Amino acid sequence: MDPTTGLPVPSDIPLPLPIDRVALEGLLVLLFLAHILFVNLMVGGSLLTMACEILGLRKRDYDTLAREIAKTITVNKSLAVVIGVAPLLAVNVLYTAHFYSANALTGNAWIMIVPLVSAAFLIAYAHKYSWDQLASSKGLHLTLGATATVLFLLIPLIFLANINLMLFPERWTDVRGFLSTVVLPNVLPRYGHFLCASIAVTALALLLYFTRAGYPVEEKFETLDRAGLRRGFYKVAFGATLVQFFVGPLLLFTLPSRGLSWFMIGVISFGVLLAVTAMILLWWEIVAAGPRVGRFYVPITGLIMCTAFSMGYGRHLYREGAIGQHRSLMARRTADFEVAAAAARLRAAAGITRGGDELPPGEAMFRSLCAGCHAVDKTLVGPSLTEIAEIYAGDPAGLIKWVRAPGRKRQGMPPMPAFRLSESKLQPLAAYVLTAGSGTTAEATTQPAG
Amino acid sequence: MDFPLFHLDFFGNRVLIGVIAVLHVLINHGLAVGAIPLITTMEWWGRRTGNAEWDRLAYRLLAVCFIVTTSVGALTGVGIWFSSALINPNAIGSLIRVFFWAWFIEWVVFVTEVSLILAYFLTWQGWGARNKRLHIALGVVLSVCSWLTMAVIVAILGFMMDTGTWPQQPSLLRGVLNPIYLPQLLFRTPYAMMAAGLFALLIMYFFTGRGSPFRARAIRFASLWTLAWTPLCAVGAALYWRVIPEQMLGNVAVALGTQAFEQWHRTLAWVIFAAAGVAMLVVLWGVLWPSRLPRVALLVPFVLCIWLLGYFERTREFVRKPYVIEEYLYANGIRKDAYPLLREEGLLAHATYVPMREVTDANRIEAGREVFRIACTRCHTTTGVNAVVAKLEGLYGPPPWEAEAVRGYLAGMHNARPFMPPFPGNEAELGALTDYLLSLPGAAVSLEGAQAEGVRVPPATTESPEAMSGM
Repeated sequence: MDPTTGLPVPSDIPLPLPIDRVALEGLLVLLFLAHILFVNLMVGGSLLTMACEILGLRKRDYDTLAREIAKTITVNKSLAVVIGVAPLLAVNVLYTAHFYSANALTGNAWIMIVPLVSAAFLIAYAHKYSWDQLASSKGLHLTLGATATVLFLLIPLIFLANINLMLFPERWTDVRGFLSTVVLPNVLPRYGHFLCASIAVTALALLLYFTRAGYPVEEKFETLDRAGLRRGFYKVAFGATLVQFFVGPLLLFTLPSRGLSWFMIGVISFGVLLAVTAMILLWWEIVAAGPRVGRFYVPITGLIMCTAFSMGYGRHLYREGAIGQHRSLMARRTADFEVAAAAARLRAAAGITRGGDELPPGEAMFRSLCAGCHAVDKTLVGPSLTEIAEIYAGDPAGLIKWVRAPGRKRQGMPPMPAFRLSESKLQPLAAYVLTAGSGTTAEATTQPAG
Repeated sequence: MDFPLFHLDFFGNRVLIGVIAVLHVLINHGLAVGAIPLITTMEWWGRRTGNAEWDRLAYRLLAVCFIVTTSVGALTGVGIWFSSALINPNAIGSLIRVFFWAWFIEWVVFVTEVSLILAYFLTWQGWGARNKRLHIALGVVLSVCSWLTMAVIVAILGFMMDTGTWPQQPSLLRGVLNPIYLPQLLFRTPYAMMAAGLFALLIMYFFTGRGSPFRARAIRFASLWTLAWTPLCAVGAALYWRVIPEQMLGNVAVALGTQAFEQWHRTLAWVIFAAAGVAMLVVLWGVLWPSRLPRVALLVPFVLCIWLLGYFERTREFVRKPYVIEEYLYANGIRKDAYPLLREEGLLAHATYVPMREVTDANRIEAGREVFRIACTRCHTTTGVNAVVAKLEGLYGPPPWEAEAVRGYLAGMHNARPFMPPFPGNEAELGALTDYLLSLPGAAVSLEGAQAEGVRVPPATTESPEAMSGM
C-alpha cells in the first residue's frame, strides 16, 4: 500500500509469466475480439428475435424470421462461452491482482453470472423448442423469450463493472458491492457502446446468413425476399452504428484520464474513420434500387471488422496506460517482500528466533503440542497431567505409545489425534508430563522405564 | 493477504466451490466424457442390428446431454474458475502460471469438443442420417476429444495433491508428471463411463415405451456397459489409493466423516462399498432380468452415483489439507516460504487490505477480526458451516472459554489436527485472534466479505515509501 495516498499496492504472485508478456497481450486482444464477436451475435440475436417475433404478431413472415434467428443463438452462445475461456485465462495471468481484486469486490454479482447465464441458455432453448407448442399462446412464448433477452442484457453489465473496476485501484476502497461499481466511470457508456455494437454486428451477420445462395428464402418466407431482407438488416446496422457515433464520444470523454494517450486516441480515431467509411457505403446500399443491394457487403463488413480491431487494440492501450504505474509499484513491493521473506527464512533455518526465553525442550513440546487440550491439574479437553501421571507412573514408554497411537476415546471427550513423532523425540515430552503431573522435581524421575 | 477477501459467513466458501465443482463433475463425467462413447456405441449398434429404435434413443440421449452440457455444464466449468478466484486467488493465480499451457491446450480441446458436439447433434437427422458411417466416426472423434479434456485437467488436480519434483525444479513437465496423475486418470475414465451408464439407465426410462421389449433391451445395454467398466474402475481406484501422499492418508478419516464422525470412518468406508454394491446389484438385475426392473430401481443407482461422486470429490479436496498446493501454498492462501517472515513481523504488517499495521491494546478485537479474516476464512465461518465457534464448543464446552487454553490450542493446532495449517502470524496477533474468538459468542456484528463490506487500507501517513517498505 502506498502510505502517502492510501492507494492499495498489493504484492503480486511471485512466479514468472508462462510466456512473453507481449505474446500474452496479443493473445488476449485477439481472442477477446473472437469472444466478443459471438457474444455480440448472442445478445444481438436475442434482441432481434424478440423484435421480429413482436412484428410477427402482425406479419407471419416476421415470426418465421424470428424463429430462424433464434436457431442461430444456440450455436453462437456455445461458441461465445467456450471461446471466452482463453481471454479469461489470459486476463487472469496478465492482470492477476487487478482482475481478482475486482472479482472479489463485486463477488456476489460476479458469481451470479454462472446461474444467470445457465438460466438464460436454458430459457433460450425452451423458447426455441416450444415455438410450435406455444403458437397459440404467443403471450407466454414472448414472455419466455423476453426473460432470456433481459438476462442477456443484464449479464454484460456484470462483466463490464468488473473490467472497469480492475483498472482503478484507487477506487477499490470506495466501493461496497456490485451496484456501487456500476456507477463508476465509465461502465454505463461502455455498456451502451456494447449494445449498439451487438445490434450492428448481428444485423450484418444475419444478412449474410439469410441471403446467402444456399438459404431457401423463397420457401421460408411469403413476402420477404432477398433484397428486402438485405435492406432491412442494413437499416438496422446503420441505425445502431449511428447511435454509436453519440455513445462512442461519450465513452471517450468519460474515461478517467490516466489511461489516455495520444497514441491510443490515434488508434481509436483510425477506427472511427473506418466506421465512417462503412456508414457511407451502408447508406448507398440502403438507398440503392432493387436487386443491386448487397454489392458492398464485403467492404462494409471488412471495414467494421477493422474498426473492431482498432477498438480492441485501443482498449488494450487504455488498460495498460491506466494500470502501468500501479504495476510498477506492485513489482517493487513484491520484490521487497521476497527479499524480506528470504532473509526471515535464513534466520529461521539458523535457529535465530526473535522470541522470548527458551523453555526446556520437553516443556516447549508440551506447550506447542499438548497445552491446547491438556492442563496440569484440571481437565481441559482431555485429562489433566495429574491424572495422566498417575496412569503412567514410571511408564514413559507406555505414555509415548499412547501419544503415537491413542486408544479408545473416553466418554464425553473428543478423540485424541495421533502424534506420529519418533519415540526418541517424544522422550523429553514424556519426562516432562510425568514430572509436571506428579508434582515432583525433574531429577527424581529421569530414569527411563525398562 | 494481498487480495480483497470474498467471504460467505453462513455457507462458508468451501460450499460455493463445492456445489459448483461437483455439479460440473457430475455433468462432465456422466453426460459428456462417459456419455458420448455410450451414445456412439448405441448408434453403431443401431446400424449394426438395423433397428431404428436404437438410433432414435441414442439421438434423444444426445439431446439431453447436449442441452445440459452446453448450458449448465459449460457455465459450471467457468464457475469453477470464478469461484476458485474468489475463494483462494493466490492458489489459482499460482496454478495458472505453472500450468498456463495445460489450460491453453485444454481450451483448444474444449473448442474442438464444443464444435464437434454441435456438429454431431445438429447433423444427426440430416447429413448424419444419409452418411451413418461418417456420423458414427464423428462420434468416435468426439469421444476421444471429450476424454482429452479430462486427461489434461486431471494432471493439474494431481499436481495440487503431490507436486512431485516441481518445488525443486519448477517446470510444466515436472508438474504434469506428478505421481498422482496417471492413477487418477485410470480411475476417473472408467468411473465416468459407469456414471454415464447409470445416468442413461434413468434417462432412457423417459424415452422408451412402458413394458416394451425395446425398453428391456435398452436397460440391458446400459447395464452391460456399466458392468463392463467396473473391473477397470476397481483397479484404478486401488492404484489411486496407493499413491495418495502418506501424510494425506491421515486426513482420510476426517475427510470421510468430518471430525464429528471421525471414529466412524471405517464404518463409512463400508457404507461406501455397500452403496457401490447396491448400484452394481441393480445393474446386474438390468443385465439378467431387464423387463422386471421397476422404475424406482433406476433412481437408486442414479442417486447413489451422485452421492458417491460428490463424496469422492470432497475427500480428494480435503485430504490435500493443510495445503492447497502441496508444500507450496497452505489452504489459507499463504505461501509456506512466507511463514518465517510473517511469524516474526506479523500478518498485519504485510497485508494490503487491513486498517491497522499492528495489534495495540485499543484495537485488539478488531485486529483479531482482521487476522481471522486473513488466516481462517478460506475454510471457516464464525457461526455458520464449519464454524470456529462450534469447534471451540466441541473442545471446551459452552462459552465463556479460557483465553490461555484457546491460545495454546491455536498455537499448536497444526500438530493436533494435521489438516490445519500452522498459525501464520506473530505472538501479538495470536493473542488478538484469541480475544476475537472469545468475543464471538453473542457478538452483535457479523463478518461480511469484501463483496459486501468493501476493503480498507491503513491510514495514510506522511512517511516516505522507502521508510515503510523495509519493515
